[in-house]
Amino acid sequence: MLALLEIKDISKRFGNLVANDKISFTQMQGEVLAILGENGAGKTTLMNILFGHYKPDSGEIVFRGSKLPAGKPGNAIEVGIGMVHQHFTLAENLTVLENIIIGEQSLLSFSLPQKSARKKLQDLSDRFGLPINPDTIVANLSVSEKQRLEILKTLYRDCTLLILDEPTAALTPQETDSLFSTIKNMVKNGLSVILISHKLNEILAVSDRIVVLRHGKLVGEVVTSKANRTEIAEMIVGGTVNYPKKEKSSPGKEVMRLENISCNPINESTKGLNGVDISLFEGQILGIAGVTGNGQTSLAKMMSGHLKPKNGELFFDKKRIEVFNPKKFMELGVAYIPEDRNIDGLVADMSVWENAVITEISDEKLGNTLGFLNNSSCNDAAQILCETYDVRTQTLQQPARLLSGGNVQKLLLGRWLIRQPKVLIACQPTRGLDEGAIASIQKLILDVRKKGNAVLLITEDLDELLKLSDTVSVIYNGKLSNSFSAEGLDRARVGLMMAGEGFYD
Amino acid sequence: MIDFRLEQREHVSPWLVFFAPIGAVIFSLMIASILIILAGVNPIESYIKLFVGAFGSKNAIAETLARATPLILTGLAAAIAFRAKFWNIGAEGQLYAGALAVTFFGTGLIQLPSFLMIPFLFLVGALAGGLLLLPLVLLRNYYKVDEVVTTLLTNFIIVLLVGYLLEGPWKDPMSLGWPQGASVIDEGVLPQIIPRTRLHLGFIISIFTALIIWLILSRTILGFKIKAVGINPSASHHAGIPVIKTIIIVALLSGGMAGMAGVTETAGLKGYLTLDLSPGFGYAGIAVAMLAGLNPIGIIFSGIFLASIYVGADAMSRAMNVPTYLADVIVALTVLSVLISIIMLQFKIVLGGQKRDI
Repeated sequence: MLALLEIKDISKRFGNLVANDKISFTQMQGEVLAILGENGAGKTTLMNILFGHYKPDSGEIVFRGSKLPAGKPGNAIEVGIGMVHQHFTLAENLTVLENIIIGEQSLLSFSLPQKSARKKLQDLSDRFGLPINPDTIVANLSVSEKQRLEILKTLYRDCTLLILDEPTAALTPQETDSLFSTIKNMVKNGLSVILISHKLNEILAVSDRIVVLRHGKLVGEVVTSKANRTEIAEMIVGGTVNYPKKEKSSPGKEVMRLENISCNPINESTKGLNGVDISLFEGQILGIAGVTGNGQTSLAKMMSGHLKPKNGELFFDKKRIEVFNPKKFMELGVAYIPEDRNIDGLVADMSVWENAVITEISDEKLGNTLGFLNNSSCNDAAQILCETYDVRTQTLQQPARLLSGGNVQKLLLGRWLIRQPKVLIACQPTRGLDEGAIASIQKLILDVRKKGNAVLLITEDLDELLKLSDTVSVIYNGKLSNSFSAEGLDRARVGLMMAGEGFYD
Repeated sequence: MIDFRLEQREHVSPWLVFFAPIGAVIFSLMIASILIILAGVNPIESYIKLFVGAFGSKNAIAETLARATPLILTGLAAAIAFRAKFWNIGAEGQLYAGALAVTFFGTGLIQLPSFLMIPFLFLVGALAGGLLLLPLVLLRNYYKVDEVVTTLLTNFIIVLLVGYLLEGPWKDPMSLGWPQGASVIDEGVLPQIIPRTRLHLGFIISIFTALIIWLILSRTILGFKIKAVGINPSASHHAGIPVIKTIIIVALLSGGMAGMAGVTETAGLKGYLTLDLSPGFGYAGIAVAMLAGLNPIGIIFSGIFLASIYVGADAMSRAMNVPTYLADVIVALTVLSVLISIIMLQFKIVLGGQKRDI
């Protein structure tokens, strides 16, 4: 095999932070190379250097035997390196074919070379086994079809090395499998692929070789066929991770019940709800499986009082709830961890202590009768919170934006848990966190269950869902399936339901 | 094309924090001196006249502080609103609403002893300013109507209403045909604090108000809520903070401050309502607030600073025969360069860096 891409001694520092520390590895022609690492391990910096967005402090990149000029955007694309980002960059209101062409055309050209482009697209589509209708409007494509279009876009620009960044984040298990067979097929046809991911199972299933980064350093290089799962996991985090174990817990009395609830979607990126029934029991975790955008957000917002249902009834402790207002639900004992913790959770420009006590302050606590804040009790409350939930911060006064994702989530979860909620609604609680933080968050969620409270868990990570939940329901197009016991639940069956099987329209 | 980019500073020295705004002021005076040179006079001499005009005598100082009074109040109005990201551009209208309230209640309708009459006038003035904003903040909160548009347009409505009232039903018959309102009764007039000058009690009240607003913003639960809502309304809402209620309170406070500026001008400086009561104090308040970085204590100083430029520029223009509009140019340049200096506190310019493509 020939060396295709050689990363040689790449280093890059930002101030005191060494983002890349003498990273070297080689990608062979026709190989699927996986780059693994937690957030902040240096994957993104490395890709930015490869694509010329950053200039490395030292080191060089060699592609097909010739050196890539450093810090010149566009160069990597010119020589045939293409990247598909986690968040797609498509014009939703244009057709597939137009999306393929637009990037190629100069702004001043009056006509689009539709005919030749159509032929080239057809050829690529046949050759790599990526079927697509060139005339469909992109907004009507499914997530996996959009991804296919992104791949075709790079192929259209004659790419020979394809980089996929977290490609399975929004796919069902079946779509993931199909993507992997596509990848294998493309490699057979002469393409080389770099896969960036943190999902270990998938990497093991599809890659030929694995490169592991940690704190900006390359800490391991393994041939996948000889790799050992635990060994790699430890390489990623630099130590052993103690994942929490789920203990036996039998359901107590019903805390919250939804009867035939329907509501309009809370925003455009999700569905509304259509006749949903849910029962949450003490000491139980109900997991909601589903592809992102099928109504999960509406469900969580409705159950935390942010969204009023059109019809249907919600009971809390057997009492019918009439007023849908977050404050009211807080008082009932509902805690809500929103999926976008940086937008709906953290006030990033306030300090750590301010973020720690904000829910208490909204209850008018921590102040005197004149409305003045009691600084020392604020400080104590924040101190207790950070200690109890292991929020690691240098000082309580530093801006909350400086906390790592895991510490942000521990802070947000902690400020709800300290109020001893009866119901916890957790949306994507471990998304984007590193393994150590995932383990801590999962433990906190299991602790809620252990204390005899109810949890609704919404996560796109099916492994996490099956591991933590007692019962599982699948959400599709705003409808909810019956719930199944999580024990011995067949992943493949859940996957089919996530794709809509068994739901009537 | 010079190749440069901005990079976040890792450490900001206190020395820089202190001197950057001062440097910015000096820089803007230097730029403005180009215009003075073009007008054919010596800029250094002109600036000396400006300084003497603003601070050179007891009377000059009194005049500057009297001018600062409404600027501090409208500056507070802008600052408290902008902190909550409520873009109240309507302080001018709210100022006139306060002045209308003073004219309505203070020219004979209500008669109280002075120690009650003055607080009463401030109360009704502040209420009038705040209530003028209330429908606008409700429109914003419940129907997402942009408050920049509504508050700005309300200014014209109020100013025209004042014009109608002063030319018509409220015209003082004793005014020899001038469009002005009846005089505020003696009990309601703000006493002079330096005899035989125009400096009145309103100045003390404006400073006192700034201190109270500073206390509210930095030490109270309400201030905490305003800060949180201003930085991230969504996260505040999820944490249980009543976002809409907080913004309504902010609007009432902001309109109230601007209404108080109408009180100080009507009951303090002039004694009656006129059409030219405010030469744009409502708008200048935005500059005062920005210059102070929305800090209420800073607003006392930036208000006095802007007032000194306006008052001093009058003296300068009389002595040097240059247009008073130079004052507006200096103020605009100062605000721009101070804002740039605040940005430069956070970033540094790195020459020769490569461009980023997005």
